[in-house]
Amino acid sequence: MKYSSQMVAKPYFIFALILLAGEILFGLILGLQYINGDFLFPEIPFNVARMVHVNLLIVLILFGFMGAAYYLVPEESERELWSPLLAKITFWVFAAAGVATILGYLFVPYATLAEVTYNDLFPTMGREFLEQPTITKIGIVLVVLSFILNIGMTVLKGRKTVITVVLLTGLIGMAVFFLFAFYLPENLVLDKFFWWFVIHLWVEGVWELILGAILSFVLIKVTGVDREHIDKWLYLIIAMTLVSGILGTGHHYFYIGTPDYWLWIGSIASAVEPLPFFLMVLYAFTMAKQRRIDHDNKIALTWAKGTAVIAFLGAGVWGFMHTLAPVNYFTHGTQLTAAHGHLAFFGAYIMILFTIIAYCMPIMRGRPHGNCLKAQAVERASFWLMVIGMLGVTFALTAAGIAQIMMQRWPETGALGFMATQAELIPIYKVRFAFGLMVFIGLLTYLYSFFVKEPETVRS
Amino acid sequence: MADRITKNMARNIYFGGSLFAILVFVGLTFDTVQKVPELSNDDQITHSVASGKNLWEVNNCVGCHTIMGEGAYYAPELANVFDRRGNANEEYFKSYLQAWMAAQPLPNNGRRKMPQFNLTEEQVNDLADFLIWTSRIDDNDWPPNIEG
Repeated sequence: MKYSSQMVAKPYFIFALILLAGEILFGLILGLQYINGDFLFPEIPFNVARMVHVNLLIVLILFGFMGAAYYLVPEESERELWSPLLAKITFWVFAAAGVATILGYLFVPYATLAEVTYNDLFPTMGREFLEQPTITKIGIVLVVLSFILNIGMTVLKGRKTVITVVLLTGLIGMAVFFLFAFYLPENLVLDKFFWWFVIHLWVEGVWELILGAILSFVLIKVTGVDREHIDKWLYLIIAMTLVSGILGTGHHYFYIGTPDYWLWIGSIASAVEPLPFFLMVLYAFTMAKQRRIDHDNKIALTWAKGTAVIAFLGAGVWGFMHTLAPVNYFTHGTQLTAAHGHLAFFGAYIMILFTIIAYCMPIMRGRPHGNCLKAQAVERASFWLMVIGMLGVTFALTAAGIAQIMMQRWPETGALGFMATQAELIPIYKVRFAFGLMVFIGLLTYLYSFFVKEPETVRS
Repeated sequence: MADRITKNMARNIYFGGSLFAILVFVGLTFDTVQKVPELSNDDQITHSVASGKNLWEVNNCVGCHTIMGEGAYYAPELANVFDRRGNANEEYFKSYLQAWMAAQPLPNNGRRKMPQFNLTEEQVNDLADFLIWTSRIDDNDWPPNIEG
């Protein structure tokens, strides 16, 4: 670690991992409710558990991005962070607001939460992923602004690299598109149309810039490949991302009351969306092959390659599966969507956090050459447990989705109703739960790897 | 492929390509916003429909249901629930929904549970109006059949 202010990243990473444990735990609760509708009802109804599950996901990714930026921007800019104090304050404000919101979901009926936070005065609540009370949304904006100010000033005052400029572009885009969360028109179609400006343009747009920047930083560090080379790949990847991803928003505008030209535009543009992820796979493996140093922190490179591969499978392959309008006509809003969502988020945005944490956490803990071999072996076991677990969850949900389509969507007459179909799918949901449990065990193994003791010889 | 492309070329593709995509997207956004009122019968959004939409939101209905395919996948699609359960009769649908909402949670063992939201009669009617309005949106003939 070159600059002491990089240390502010540490609590962000730790908190992100704690939230991840909560997220997966609530995923398991949801998985059980899919099998037995009485589970935890009425204490934690499905919608509440789901809100906690997805909101924890979003918040933990934001914490992870912030940690990554606070770590890598000083090093790239070759100067201390503009204000470490501000970064510390932001952490506590965001953590407190996040915890309070989650507790609100769990212990207050949602309608009451809306009432006591004056949703009537400024309604923004009650939409998927944007369930946060308006006051929390305002808090998120303030936190993100202070974060961007801190990162932006550091970038501007220091050495500018392609990585930091791309990262900053992604972060500013994230802040700008979040503003659409405050627009809630009475017309449901317009509501949905602009809702995707936040959701899609984050996940399949600006977040990919952030992902690309973090991945590039780690690849430079662990492979020692020439920066010119890295920069070129990064530009190519994000070029493909934005060219396909922005108009690819159209694949959400097939069947929600928007004009029918989106059927064509959405299909064509989003058919290209796997390409940046495929490039990312080539990128990670080419850089690993051309590496000029053999870094002792092998597991960081494993995570980097894993991120590219699983993101390609989850976002690229599973996304492409149902992105063409005639296919989507039958798959829209089925378990197939859930399959894609799970593997895409895990591969792209959870694994990139494991990647950056695998690289910089040992350094922040005084282990510049990475963790000891035993700790890396434990971490490698957790890598496979989580990856295979998530692939299992994805395959199970894909099977459930296909079965659901065959029973409920495809037949023109005599189709099975939704609830009857879901009852038929319970055996598949049991398989999904088993793999979900495997992911959780993988995460516990991963967390345990932080507590593996370093041998004395390595320490000296 | 990557060997023949220089860093500057890659950067230009990034800036040029993104700018092109953004411009097309902004243009189409304006066009869509112009066309949505007709496709969605915006003039039929009464006070009751708007209030129904607000109830839909503050009770987090989308946390279990889908509406035009978006939401959670735990409970039935509701954009076409009027077509499915309404007998093509608005009054019939409203009395159906009153009874249905009052009966929750259903006592069936193991069945997925919908909480009791304690809505007033007027609120359930507003919700029904919102769902009836939603069922008439031109959404390219989705879903494929009545089961949603």
